[in-house]
Amino acid sequence: MENRPLEYDYTVAKMFMLATIVLGIVGMLIGVILAFELAFPSINTILGEGLAEYTNFSRLRPLHTDAVIFGFTLSGIFATWYYVGQRVLKVSMAESGFLMFIGKLHFVLYVIGVAAVVVSLFAGVTTSKEYAEFEWPIDIAIVVVWVLFGMSIFGLIGIRREKSLYISVWYYIATFLGIAMLYLFNNMEVPTMLVSAPDGSAIGGAWYHSVSMYAGTNDALVQWWYGHNAVAFGFTVPIVAMIYYFLPKESGQAIYSYKLSLLSFWGLMFVYLWAGGHHLLYSTVPDWMQTMGSIFSVILILPSWGSAINMLLTMKGEWQQVAASPLIKFMVLGSTFYMFSTLEGPIQAIKSVNAIAHFTDWIVGHVHDGVLGWVGFMIMAALYHMAPRVFKREIYSKSLMAAQFWIQTLGVVFYFTSMWIAGITQGMMWRAHDEFGNLAYSFIDTVTVLHPYYAIRGVGGLLYLTGFLMFAYNIYKTMTAGRKVEESELASASPMGA
Amino acid sequence: MFHWLEKRPFFFAVGVFIAIAFAGLIEILPNFAQASRPVIGTKPYSTLELAGRQVYIKNSCNACHSQLIRPFKSETDRYGHYSLSGEYAYDRPFLWGSKRTGPDLMRVGNYRTTDWHENHMKDPAAVVPGSIMPAYRWMFTNEADINTAFAEQVTVANIFSVPYNKPVPMKDGSTAVVKMGNNVKEAKALALEEAKVIAADMKDQDVKDAVAKGNIPEIVALIAYLNSLK
Repeated sequence: MENRPLEYDYTVAKMFMLATIVLGIVGMLIGVILAFELAFPSINTILGEGLAEYTNFSRLRPLHTDAVIFGFTLSGIFATWYYVGQRVLKVSMAESGFLMFIGKLHFVLYVIGVAAVVVSLFAGVTTSKEYAEFEWPIDIAIVVVWVLFGMSIFGLIGIRREKSLYISVWYYIATFLGIAMLYLFNNMEVPTMLVSAPDGSAIGGAWYHSVSMYAGTNDALVQWWYGHNAVAFGFTVPIVAMIYYFLPKESGQAIYSYKLSLLSFWGLMFVYLWAGGHHLLYSTVPDWMQTMGSIFSVILILPSWGSAINMLLTMKGEWQQVAASPLIKFMVLGSTFYMFSTLEGPIQAIKSVNAIAHFTDWIVGHVHDGVLGWVGFMIMAALYHMAPRVFKREIYSKSLMAAQFWIQTLGVVFYFTSMWIAGITQGMMWRAHDEFGNLAYSFIDTVTVLHPYYAIRGVGGLLYLTGFLMFAYNIYKTMTAGRKVEESELASASPMGA
Repeated sequence: MFHWLEKRPFFFAVGVFIAIAFAGLIEILPNFAQASRPVIGTKPYSTLELAGRQVYIKNSCNACHSQLIRPFKSETDRYGHYSLSGEYAYDRPFLWGSKRTGPDLMRVGNYRTTDWHENHMKDPAAVVPGSIMPAYRWMFTNEADINTAFAEQVTVANIFSVPYNKPVPMKDGSTAVVKMGNNVKEAKALALEEAKVIAADMKDQDVKDAVAKGNIPEIVALIAYLNSLK
């Protein structure tokens, strides 16, 4: 065999990169609209009274969460898989017609699924379960897409040349298995079209409607086991997969510690799933489950920080790169936000803190310092690293990239600081009593007080969206007008030598 | 051991699966039989209430309103008795929510009336100055989907043995029977009967006319559901 580097085939990776950018813009734009609707309610009818049903906060809210989770993040995960997978397994997609077909089918069905989700959520067809709003026909489509993703992972592994699986592949496998298990169990539902009336006549009604298999407290338990761990296996595990590949590649530094990556991988797998109970503190689920949820959330700091510290120490002796390269900035700040967010989460999971934090904007703030600062930054960094290698052109503008970094960082800081203050203010006002033991504030007092924080949060979101549009523009210009470059000219050192 | 695993994707995947499945088995399964028993005084939802619950879900009311009262003085003072597991026995799906942008609604039927809801859904800020809740005027014209509500009712009766047309014990020692029709026609008649009671307390002439003609707007179903939350 000829001794030359493999030519990898990025056809599918390119498709998912495009989806990442488009769905990112859609999801974040809806997020900004929602933020301003809370600050200025008249925006709810921005397109007029006739369309109010579709521009209303409550109708748009699931669209925002699902567009950023299942649109932006998931396509980012797929895009990086179709890039990283080939490179660490030392095999090209072009070598297998079958895998190429699966990859393309995966993309096509994914896009159809996304379209179906958008239409159904605008129409108000929802099961109400957070991040699992889709009715059964879409659930089935999602399972098919997921199986194709699995076939692609294990298919590529099956024909690999490099026998040892690199750390990123561990995390992609875990993403596949975790989401598969959680999604299946949480979406167990009975379609109502299956029954006929007691006298045997047909009922009619919406064919897509279904009833949850679980009731009340059990339903809540399964939902938050899912909801919390969808975060684990959508926002943590695959993003860690990305940073384990892209940070060493971009910086030319080897991973600091193999043992630390082992500890944090297996630790994360075992501990994360227990922590879902912290969404149900002081609810009607049994006390011991709440306590377990609390305790395991605190233990979760160890594996989370294990990965993050491993990443930061990978930069040991090379910190000048943080100043020099905007791409490294994204990844280092991403790891830092990951540490920050995985410390904040366990604090909120302590029962007495949760008593104040639950149901308030502090939780919203926590989610967003994780997703904006960690997930968003890491996916954009991954795409920035991939673009020159995929399109064989240099990044169009480094200074635009640096400006984007600072604008978005400022946006994230506005976002979480305002939500902290809003959340703690509201949590304290809800529980305040006067000297006679009566409630000190009516509910509406605790809403109107939040107005300035909602406005600041909206500005923060707008800054982040602006940065994302700069990112989209930069990638677009890279594709069309960047200076042509061969991969061998690009500085890179590498996990597994690729 | 780990080096061995890292060369064997199958066993690696099995290992990961065991690690992640463990928690679910131990934390979730043991509770299943116990938590689904209703407490005394909890009734299944009527056809109209179920239709209203579907309107509630369709508009993601649960994105801003919780239905879970925690056992703190500040919460019981504001919303009433703290929530009990059995009160949710007929809630499929559960609607606890995760964010209180607006107040909890677990027992809203105890302290708000049909009339209040009507005004509030039309223009929230007119009823509660400073409110950031949007208006839901389309509910006054959209028609409630009784067919689907009835299909849901039959499904839960058949599969989960929800006691329709059977006496259920109430707190005062009496029993109550929640009726379910034998076919769509009967279901609609039952729903309309309830809808007329609600419409009688409302001011909107279009809604009153619709109900008089035998149609049920979404708002009527929603108010029936909200009034049932106690």
